[in-house]
Amino acid sequence: MIPGPRLPASYLQPGVSSFSDFLADQAPDLLPGRRALPQGQAGDLAPHGTTIVGATFPGGVLLAGDRRATMGNIIAQRDIEKVFATDEYSAAGIAGTAGLAIEMIRLFQTELEHYEKIEGTTLSLDGKANRLSALIRSNLGMAMQGLAVVPLFAGFDLGDARGRIFSYDVTGGRYEETGYTAVGSGSMFARGSLKKLYRPDLTEAEVVTLAVQALYDAADDDSATGGPDVARRIFPIVHVITAEGGRRLSGDEVAAVADRVIAGRMSHPDGPTAPLTGGGHA
Amino acid sequence: MSTPFYVSPEQLMKDRADFARKGIARGRSVVVIQYADGVLFVSENPSQALHKVSEIYDRIAFAAVGRYNEFENLRIAGVRLADMRGYAYDRRDVSGRALANAYAQTLGTIFSSGGEKPYEVELFVAEIGDEAAEDQVYRLTYDGQVADEHGYAVMGGAADVVAGYLKERYAEGAELGDALRLAVAALGHTPDEKGVARDRVIATRDLEVAVLDRTRQRPRKFVRLSPARLEQLLGDRASSVPEPAAGETTTPDLLGGAGEVEGEPPVAP
Repeated sequence: MIPGPRLPASYLQPGVSSFSDFLADQAPDLLPGRRALPQGQAGDLAPHGTTIVGATFPGGVLLAGDRRATMGNIIAQRDIEKVFATDEYSAAGIAGTAGLAIEMIRLFQTELEHYEKIEGTTLSLDGKANRLSALIRSNLGMAMQGLAVVPLFAGFDLGDARGRIFSYDVTGGRYEETGYTAVGSGSMFARGSLKKLYRPDLTEAEVVTLAVQALYDAADDDSATGGPDVARRIFPIVHVITAEGGRRLSGDEVAAVADRVIAGRMSHPDGPTAPLTGGGHA
Repeated sequence: MSTPFYVSPEQLMKDRADFARKGIARGRSVVVIQYADGVLFVSENPSQALHKVSEIYDRIAFAAVGRYNEFENLRIAGVRLADMRGYAYDRRDVSGRALANAYAQTLGTIFSSGGEKPYEVELFVAEIGDEAAEDQVYRLTYDGQVADEHGYAVMGGAADVVAGYLKERYAEGAELGDALRLAVAALGHTPDEKGVARDRVIATRDLEVAVLDRTRQRPRKFVRLSPARLEQLLGDRASSVPEPAAGETTTPDLLGGAGEVEGEPPVAP
């Protein structure tokens, strides 16, 4: 566990630069996915996070999430945060069992920072994506009992100088997405919206609007996804990563975009329309 | 059968201390200076890969002199301890004091145990607060002693000469550029083979410089200064090496200002 005054000999041993490997050795009780669960479904016992969307644009990538966590038909929390910076050039959004997912992201954040400090260099974006795979895979037992964690991972690849998005399944399978994607209960509706609105040449500001539109559409048709809460001024979390690093948009910035989107929906409740024929831009 | 020699405990400890001190004195110095926005670390280190100054956690940094493999192990242990605490509790629960204490206990136990050779290292552990008054610099010696340093501190090779230079010129609350110029000049003020203190210009590529900068927006306040940034901060140094003030205790330059010491062999960092 947490050592006393003198550093234990195992701390002074060189070699391991993975924090989760070190944890498995020193304090396995702190690792998620190592707990024995009794038989049965536990899915309804804990809050679930819902919709996350991601999209790339020239020079970067965006990740955004709604603010709702549900427990069955109950709204467990209306201002939960589900998009986290995992290091300077990457971020993850979580869908699935909120408690386990937040713990997994905390471990993943520490893992990346630990590697960076021990090795003096950062992992490649693919390396980071693979580490996240391993963490998800270790949760497979719980996923089979209804406590699945399915994150969306996005980052700026400094080697390729472009933004990239990775989606995952419960077995830790990792899939690189082109352009845009969504995960979570409202992802079908969000993806439909993204499909019609996304263009590869959108600017950073346009991609922010795109994400807010997609989350609005998800909330429109999925009861577990939270729409913009105008009365409480609760709007999605939006994280943008470019060559200059990651930045979470301030509440005011997102609120301004959300207000414009809501104003547009007052006259067109279904949002912007795409042309019926032709590949041309609307 | 031979009778084993009796060695008094005093002599034993003195021998071990001499051994450690000799190892430490071989390397070059590391300077730590408190400036307006945080803590600055400067060392002369020709290696780009093997660092003497490193990040431990958000507001905590580490600097060392002596045997590389030994202080590298201590650094890794410090990163593990800090990350473990930060993960098990919270980021705010990782403190420089606890880390300095862990290092002190470790070094002290190794120094006084008969079985292990003492570590030939000296460490700085620095932590910055929200205000300059909350900044802390701990200095740890090979035998596990901890000292609280204020303003500036030097360890390694010619620590006394460099510290003497700093003592005369250090001013509290300096800007980064001023603090850096002072530290680099102090590191260049080293005795030559005749024991005469001389001023030389250390090439930018041979400097390892890092800061804990409280003005940074991100939680991790540790930054290495790139050679380009160093050039910019240091400016033209050839003309600006401070001349020894009149009445200074240093011996006059017998070689008639033959310039900087060039072509020195690189030392293990």
